[in-house]
Amino acid sequence: MSNPQAVIWADKLSKHFGEFVAVNQISFSVQKGEIFGFLGANGAGKTTAMRMLCGLLLPTSGSAAIAGYDVYTQTEQIKQNIGYMSQRFSLYEDLTVAENIRFFGGIYGLPDKQLKLKTDELLHTLQLHTEAKTLVSALPLGWKQKLAFSVAILHEPAIVFLDEPTGGVDPITRRQFWDLIYAAAQQGITLFVTTHYMDEAEYCNRICMLVDGEIKALDTPANLKKQHQAQTMDDVFYHLARTAKRTAD
Amino acid sequence: MKRFFAFVRKEFHHVFRDPKTMLLLFGVPVAQILLFGFALTNEIKNAHIIITDNAQDIASKQIAAKLAANTNFITHQKQLNPQQIEETFRQGKVKLVVIFPPNFNHDLLHLQKAQVQIIADASDPNTANTLTTYATAIIMDYQKQLWQNTNLPLSIHTDMRMIYNPELKGITNFVPGVMALVLMLICVLMTSVSIVREKELGTMEVLLVSPFNAVLVVISKAVPYFFLSLVNLTVILLLSVLVMGMPVAGSWVLLYAISALFILTALSLGLLISNVTNSQQTAMLISLMGMLLPTLIFTGFMFPIENMPLPLQVMSNIFPSKWYYIIVKNVMIKGLGFTAIWKETLILLTATLLLMTISIAKFKTRLA
Amino acid sequence: MADVILQNIGKTYNKGAVKAVTDASFTVEQGELFGLIGPDGAGKTSIFRILTTLLLPDAGQAWVLGNDVVKNYKAIRQQVGYMPGRFSLYQDLTVEENLRFFATVFNTTIQQNYHLISDIYVQIEPFKHRRAGNLSGGMKQKLALCCALIHKPKVLFLDEPTTGVDTVSRKEFWLMLNNLQQQGITILVSTPYMDEATLCRRIALIQEGKILSVETPQQITAAFPFALYAIKAAQMNLLLSHLRQSPLIHTCHTFGEYHHITFAQNTPHSQSHLLGYLAALSHTQVELKPIVPTIEDCFINLMN
Repeated sequence: MSNPQAVIWADKLSKHFGEFVAVNQISFSVQKGEIFGFLGANGAGKTTAMRMLCGLLLPTSGSAAIAGYDVYTQTEQIKQNIGYMSQRFSLYEDLTVAENIRFFGGIYGLPDKQLKLKTDELLHTLQLHTEAKTLVSALPLGWKQKLAFSVAILHEPAIVFLDEPTGGVDPITRRQFWDLIYAAAQQGITLFVTTHYMDEAEYCNRICMLVDGEIKALDTPANLKKQHQAQTMDDVFYHLARTAKRTAD
Repeated sequence: MKRFFAFVRKEFHHVFRDPKTMLLLFGVPVAQILLFGFALTNEIKNAHIIITDNAQDIASKQIAAKLAANTNFITHQKQLNPQQIEETFRQGKVKLVVIFPPNFNHDLLHLQKAQVQIIADASDPNTANTLTTYATAIIMDYQKQLWQNTNLPLSIHTDMRMIYNPELKGITNFVPGVMALVLMLICVLMTSVSIVREKELGTMEVLLVSPFNAVLVVISKAVPYFFLSLVNLTVILLLSVLVMGMPVAGSWVLLYAISALFILTALSLGLLISNVTNSQQTAMLISLMGMLLPTLIFTGFMFPIENMPLPLQVMSNIFPSKWYYIIVKNVMIKGLGFTAIWKETLILLTATLLLMTISIAKFKTRLA
Repeated sequence: MADVILQNIGKTYNKGAVKAVTDASFTVEQGELFGLIGPDGAGKTSIFRILTTLLLPDAGQAWVLGNDVVKNYKAIRQQVGYMPGRFSLYQDLTVEENLRFFATVFNTTIQQNYHLISDIYVQIEPFKHRRAGNLSGGMKQKLALCCALIHKPKVLFLDEPTTGVDTVSRKEFWLMLNNLQQQGITILVSTPYMDEATLCRRIALIQEGKILSVETPQQITAAFPFALYAIKAAQMNLLLSHLRQSPLIHTCHTFGEYHHITFAQNTPHSQSHLLGYLAALSHTQVELKPIVPTIEDCFINLMN
């Protein structure tokens, strides 16, 4: 299983909460620049698995390395080398666009000069030049999410974890968001994405499907559809998730 | 009515299922009473006292030796005149001065009675009271020994003087003070927070879109806290009677009736705060800063109102807890009846009606 | 008279600085399953709150069951059920306590209207002594629906009931809604998921506070003004940028495993021209086919 090329590598990773097995012996690896879709029903263990990989939660057993760092002992190094963006918390609403960029750049210790360069570049890509001094709370949701993503990759992490980044976003902005994801992947950033939109699952290089804390499927979207003789990823998901026995979150 | 009870039952569930609320409800009053009662009053050790012995005879020296032997005191012998005594008190280190007049022993033996003067700095009334009690006890103990030895009814009269705060405010006053404080805490803080919590959780939205009268939603919130406050009041009173040994001089019925009125005042205030705020944080901040702090300052049990600048004295009148405090002191300590407190009661009643009217008028039947 | 009528409703916040809803009009007929479809921040929740009498509109008028939402709000509150966007039940009460509480609030009992909720409630009944806070997302949703239904409302308002819920639970939820509709309850539901639009009888598409279109889903897709094609090739990402550069193409959007395109000029030769263009750029496994537009295609088109 060990693979020196893998940016994310997990072997029989498990997490128990008392009697409850939230994540049960999951093994997989993700390559550099890959867009890896992490799917599962509510309560399948996605969030728990993601927290372990981000170094926020200590696994019960198994092993995993993120960007070459061990999830048990090197969580600080992991945090330096990953970016994280969730639907809920992304940016400070009461700070301006520029202040947010400055703040998050600051946390990762970007030098002032580089930060300035990066800020300009980022505002240019997002066409937010005129909005630099606008409070984030005044931006439309779609822009916020795009900005949040750009901020998450400001420090050029090896991996970005995206937890339902496009929830509730309008169809056009959703697609623009995926353009950003593709661009990041081409720069060699690895993307680890969860989503409830099954059309977005198609955009991933590979899909990992979690059911009751276990990996029930792991392949390219095309192969998964072939295996399950399904027309769409939606059907594949439905087919697999229905086998779940677990009901609690 | 059935619907109203369903609401009240739900509120009790909320209270009893939250360990933190329970702790706040029942832990705080007990802690307050014990804190004020014991930690702040009784245990005084190593207090500096000065003995001004103008007699320098056998009896005065024996008493001075007994005082020095007591672990509560560190005695210093110094001849001070009245000006010097005041000056020493002002410096703050010395809390008590014991003065023996000239011819102390002579008076005692020949007139069969002598005087000792005890002067205390009563700006800290609790300490002053405790120290004079200690000193008096020691002198009385000496007198008892004299009786046994001489079989003569020799008596030593202690003449006590308190300076700075002659009425000794604060000693017996903390129980009424704590009652006012705790009732404010529960009724204002807890009620306002519990209503605003429903706004934050979004359950208020569902309740508003129901045929149930929205004003009753809010009033039903107050019911559990009304009863819990009465329980709390009982706990405080029992503690002060049984543990602190402070009896209720007046009528218990009157005390409860007035307390119930004050609880209503505080509840209406809590409802008003909850109506004008939208987050638990704001509600808590307003309750703490706007209500509890003034209660602490302006009720009169921590700081004597008479000593405040006039504007603050006037300001103290708008806080209901001040009036409640006066009533409780009159009933509980002085044992007075309703005729003595009807004015204050009227003020509380007016305040309650006013606050209730405003909070019902301000109640929003919609979100914004 | 229709159960729900909106006429030129407008709503602003912060003294007019934020326009949440602008000139919104639509009607929902008795017994209809009506969907309000649009992204977050489009104004869906504001419309729901105006209709459930929680907010006053700044402009326009609205009626629910013949009652004006401003003047007769009490009458409306007697007859509607409402499920807000976030989970709005008491987390520290058990499933059964929540349900009984809401039944009492609406002056009824669980027994009286049990037939309405029985299909849904049996699924959560095994957990009736569990506190609502400890339920999974899907079960919370079911409990909230039961609580909104317990007084047999004539109109049911469901604000984003499926947001953040996985596909399996979403499908179950929509089945439940269909059953309710068959019992004659008028349902107004909002969702950001475009694919759920086809499950409604009629829908209103909403974006930035404006209603874009109110029709049956079939009418909306039939009204799509261009011929739509789906295309895929071995190199999807490269294909996307080539299509966007091509003068042949009018619009191009990613749609799962295909890209959806419209031609700048749709002629009988458009398809062969495009295939030739792509072959010249050495694309392989190219598949091009005409398709029926989805609601999402229409939404994107209406947004532009």
